[in-house]
Amino acid sequence: MRQYFGRKALIYALTFFVAVTINWMIPRFMPGDPIQGLVARAQVADPASVDAMRAHYTNLFGLDVPWWQQYVNFWAALLRGDMGISIWAFPTPVTDLIIRAVPYTLGLLIPAILLSWWAGNRFGAFAARRKWLDNTVLPIGYLLTATPYMWLALLLAWTLAILAGIFPVSHAYSFAVQPSWSWEFLGSLAVHWVLPFSSLFLVMFGGWAIGMRNLIIYELESDYANYLQALGARSRLVRGYAFRNAVLPQITGLALQLGTIVAGALVTEIVFSYPGIGHLILQAINNQDFFLLQGAFLFIVLGVLVANFIIDVVYTLVDPRTRIRMQGNAV
Amino acid sequence: MGLRVNDLKVYYQTLRGEVKALDGVTFAVGDGEILGLAGESGCGKTTLGKSLIRMDGRMRHTGGTVELDGAELPIGDDRRMNRFRFSEVSIIPQYAMSAMNPTRKIGKMVADLLESRGLRYRNLAGELERRLDLVELPREVLGSYPLELSGGMKQRMVMVISTLLDPSLLIADEITSALDVSTQKAVARTLVGFRDRGFVRSVIFITHDISLTYQIADTIMVMYAGKVAEKARADVIVNAPRHPYTKLLISSLPEVGVRYADRKLAGIPGSPPSLLDPPTGCRFRDRCPLAHDKCAEEPPAVEVEPDHFVACWKA
Repeated sequence: MRQYFGRKALIYALTFFVAVTINWMIPRFMPGDPIQGLVARAQVADPASVDAMRAHYTNLFGLDVPWWQQYVNFWAALLRGDMGISIWAFPTPVTDLIIRAVPYTLGLLIPAILLSWWAGNRFGAFAARRKWLDNTVLPIGYLLTATPYMWLALLLAWTLAILAGIFPVSHAYSFAVQPSWSWEFLGSLAVHWVLPFSSLFLVMFGGWAIGMRNLIIYELESDYANYLQALGARSRLVRGYAFRNAVLPQITGLALQLGTIVAGALVTEIVFSYPGIGHLILQAINNQDFFLLQGAFLFIVLGVLVANFIIDVVYTLVDPRTRIRMQGNAV
Repeated sequence: MGLRVNDLKVYYQTLRGEVKALDGVTFAVGDGEILGLAGESGCGKTTLGKSLIRMDGRMRHTGGTVELDGAELPIGDDRRMNRFRFSEVSIIPQYAMSAMNPTRKIGKMVADLLESRGLRYRNLAGELERRLDLVELPREVLGSYPLELSGGMKQRMVMVISTLLDPSLLIADEITSALDVSTQKAVARTLVGFRDRGFVRSVIFITHDISLTYQIADTIMVMYAGKVAEKARADVIVNAPRHPYTKLLISSLPEVGVRYADRKLAGIPGSPPSLLDPPTGCRFRDRCPLAHDKCAEEPPAVEVEPDHFVACWKA
């Protein structure tokens, strides 16, 4: 068991190192010069002043040293918890921007992932044993899961917000209210949350429901299910066993899907101008903000790795087979 | 009393039509009798075994009756049949290696099963442990997962579970096929022991291995293409078979003391007919060395000697 998690931790550490390195490289390969944009914003005409400003900013962001030293400095700063200063929102530190955006992203992602996974599994298992439900739900499920997150988001925004006017089109809360712990603010927050949440939930729900339906059918035809039925066990028992066994691959599926889900959430945030990490990434790209982009990616990498690790642990807890193989003892 | 099967017909529904896997099978198994059911694959052995306890979704009970201890078994009605399963009719399936839920401890699974049948695990736990001792399984297996048991242990565990409620009829479907020869013998002997101790009243032992059947069965029934070819005492079937199919089946077994490098082991040329559209008359006609004009008519099962039934015009 110890050895297993030791090996896992090593793999995660390696993944983290490689991912962070790529994060550092990507913004630097982007065309354009961020400093130029920053200087242009100041609207100074005098060439001497421009040169002085350019030198000042280049030095401030640490871009005046060779690239390998920039890389080493980057790691050194990162280990201190310093992710640099944003160019777009100069001079706010990247860490502050991310901390401000994180609650919105997590508030969308965590409920959407967990609820769609739970509801999709329940519903898929339920649909698998009713022919009419199976025949109607299956095509809808395929349609939903094949829909790009962004497209469904646009569709929902157009129908429910613009045409029907039931929900607001964009932002996390109405500009008429100030962020506070008042009912008015929380209500505004909830109303704005519904559409981005639904677009994420629906797409994922379709995928989980289809997966579960297929797994349940497979499990109900397995040998142990046949044996129990031949001995006259109630179908409740057989279905309970089948559900539990079918959930196991779905847990692995969740781990595999996390990356895609996070990417989907980022696009959804952009569609709804939801002030989360996805929104920050869009701003960072538009403004060639190396440091903000690095910070946002770093947060995503960390989040996906942590979530994967949790799923790994949960899987060994719920599947006796992996546990026994790890301990390697038989009767 | 035992089991009486009368003109049983079970067909498979397929897209190309009905497959007549069991087409009018009549036989009886007495109390304390072990009936060996032999024949090549596709002859209807497993279909017969399944029909007596639980039909799968494609099987249809098209005719005939099954009576166990004087009561008719509603074999075509999955729901009404539940009352008889496990307590009256039980099965050791072909797939004993994977018959137990891999993610549940064996003892818990047995408890779940018993409770699902409205029985208390606590009342039967003592008997369960005694039977584990009997088949030489440590009691700790109840706290383990199926994965932790060897193939032979799983086989014995399933045997104990299946017979826990002392069923009147036990169907043992190819239970030795996946085992090595020495384990085969032990499993067969355990089965006889269960009968002798009264855990099961009668047994239908389905196998394609006639030599193993001969060692434990009282009676052997040979099936061919969904029908009974011959049924008699085990020694009669092996030493004095009357049906040409049985004769060929017996003669294709290797004998001790014969070098098969010198003499080639005889087989039965040809293959069984399609049961989608079986030929009229005797179904063995095309492969039979003795076939003549009369065989275009279906031969009835005749009792040529007491308890020796043969369905052949030449017997």
